[in-house]
Amino acid sequence: MQQSQFASPADVAERLGAAGYLTDDAIATTVFLADRLGKPLLVEGPAGVGKTELAKAVAQATGSALIRLQCYEGLDEARALYEWNYKKQLLRIQASKDGESWDEVHDDVFAEEFLLSRPLLTAIRRTEPTVLLVDETDKADVEVEGLLLEVLSDFQITIPELGTITAARRPIVFLTSNATRELSEALKRRCLYLHLDYPGAEREKAIVLSRVPEIAEQLAGSLVSTVRALRSLELKKSPSISESIDWARTLLALGLDTLDEQAVRSTLGVVLKHASDHERATSSLKLN
Amino acid sequence: MTTGGLVDRQIGFFGALREAGLSIALSEVLDATRALGVVDLLDREGLRAAYAATVLKRPAHRPAFDALFDLWFPPVVGDPSARSADADEDGPGEAGEDGPADKEALRGRLRDLLLEGDEEALRRFARETVRELGRADTAPGRQAWFSYRVLRGLSPETLMASLLEAMLAGQVRGGMAEKVARQTLSERIRSFSEMVESEVRRRLAEDRGPEALSRTAVQPLAEQVDFLRASRNDMAELRRQVFPLARRLATRLTARRRLGRSGRLDFRRTVRASLGTGGVPLVTHHRPHKPHKPELVVLCDVSGSVAGFAHFTLMLAYALSEQFTKVRAFAFIDTVDEVSRFFTPGVDVADALSRMSSEASLVWFDGHSDYGHSIEQFAARYPDAVGPRTSLLILGDARNNYRATAVPTLRALVQRSRHAYWLNPEPQAYWGSGDSATGAYGDVLEMVEVRNAVQLEAFVQRLLPT
Repeated sequence: MQQSQFASPADVAERLGAAGYLTDDAIATTVFLADRLGKPLLVEGPAGVGKTELAKAVAQATGSALIRLQCYEGLDEARALYEWNYKKQLLRIQASKDGESWDEVHDDVFAEEFLLSRPLLTAIRRTEPTVLLVDETDKADVEVEGLLLEVLSDFQITIPELGTITAARRPIVFLTSNATRELSEALKRRCLYLHLDYPGAEREKAIVLSRVPEIAEQLAGSLVSTVRALRSLELKKSPSISESIDWARTLLALGLDTLDEQAVRSTLGVVLKHASDHERATSSLKLN
Repeated sequence: MTTGGLVDRQIGFFGALREAGLSIALSEVLDATRALGVVDLLDREGLRAAYAATVLKRPAHRPAFDALFDLWFPPVVGDPSARSADADEDGPGEAGEDGPADKEALRGRLRDLLLEGDEEALRRFARETVRELGRADTAPGRQAWFSYRVLRGLSPETLMASLLEAMLAGQVRGGMAEKVARQTLSERIRSFSEMVESEVRRRLAEDRGPEALSRTAVQPLAEQVDFLRASRNDMAELRRQVFPLARRLATRLTARRRLGRSGRLDFRRTVRASLGTGGVPLVTHHRPHKPHKPELVVLCDVSGSVAGFAHFTLMLAYALSEQFTKVRAFAFIDTVDEVSRFFTPGVDVADALSRMSSEASLVWFDGHSDYGHSIEQFAARYPDAVGPRTSLLILGDARNNYRATAVPTLRALVQRSRHAYWLNPEPQAYWGSGDSATGAYGDVLEMVEVRNAVQLEAFVQRLLPT
């Protein structure tokens, strides 16, 4: 196995911090383990807590290229692994000279030249450092998980016409999921698991301050505690970190420097996206 | 580690986790062991993260994992501050042996710490107070530790008023600022109580070994808690899970519907796809089946004993309302009223439930459950509610206070409906005991035991056709 990218969890924390991603103990240790043990890391959690950002930050911190496979319903092998360039093959056959034997054409048509590499194959074949991000794994069909199993446990892909391609250099793999459905046990077993949740007050404040450096510390503090109060209500959709950051930007753009009832009432739409959530927040935070 | 090697300790820990319902495969054990080789074993949080990453695969198991980790890998052993007097603890607590006089001083320190919100200092303080207040000598040479002695002695909740005063520092009371401050403080108080409890468990575990405590340390998952025994906290947690649960169910249903491809041929898509293969339609495409969406009529007992169950089920029914052509809800205690009007789209379901209990007229005679009268009333006042496309759900424990059961009316209703089920939140073993009329009703329609959210989820999947 090749050398690891990170020296210690502290090193992870420092370098991700430099890339603009603030970690905590659990994140730093888990990313370190994923890198050191060469296992894929499954990151689960509510929308907007920075799952995809984590992969991007790791790519940036290690100077790797980020290859992203966005999952969706109906994603299949041809979109995830590889596909034969059918049109080009057809051209090749039509352009073949009369004297050519079938075997020659056959070998020729199933060569590298006619292979369209999709994200998974691309990530495996790269020799430079790579971060592979399989985004929103839970959106894909169950069959795709089966497809991922071979790739993620042995880092190899079998193409019948070409043989088995083994990774020249193991990429760091991130899978993200919103838990709209349980992923299969088999997939989970092959991965390390990290549940990202809404962060603690201190860390969230630090995140807001690092993303929106112009905001006053006092305001960031009261913003974070208000967001936490909102999360404690029974809402349809709790505000996420990215929405906290948006809120901070909004307050800044409006030139508001304290978060009072008036300010919250006029900007609540940035953090809450359902009418019923609005009503509930208004009544229980006594905004009117 | 005090006893045995690291590997033994790990095996014990995994055994306790398995008992708490985590399934840990051998490959995960190996991963965890490999992980131990690369992390710094002296960094306790790092160790916790390493174990969490390798064996913990569902967020619902996190609280159990944390409680057990604290038991098997305690942060300190014995009494660190007593043993080494040099500890950086700044405290009057060190000096005093004389109990009661100290309590006010301790409360004062707790107040300052809660105001500051420094987790580490709070944890040290919890450790110290458990040592000071939590011990009771049950028998010569034996000690027991109690969290309630600490929490009663300090009664952190009563500090709220003065904490709020200090935190708001002269801002207007009663507004949003107070609400937010109150929320922040009660969160800290709760986490302090948890620290005390975990410290008490640690002390007990030192006496009796972690195995003895593993079972009691773990709270059951919210989705496995019986509706009839759920505490307020459990119900709140369950309500929070309604929307994720509904979303999960809906995804699973659409996936199941897509799998069957026996619909009519989709000519346009088939021809379009054939262009890629030179006009030969290698793959045929089919239109999806038009799913049959039932009409749902929910008739639920909302009297005190089963209200929690009825509320949760109603919330779920409305969260899933797009899976049905129509959802109508009727509530009863001893008479029945339609409550659909409270659940207009977009309205907050929790609000709707509280309005339902205050505004709907559900009591006719004495406010004790009367299934017979309610069913008669339902059939008489809403004759159009149940038709051949209707799935009728009756929710309740069928505890009828020995009144008339109105079985013939119910039988007529069931015959008119497409499906009819009775969901009973009582354990099946209790059915038919005392004033339970399950026997009479069970003959008329299928009665299903739905004691917790897991069973409800399974039932809903059965109810919704593919």
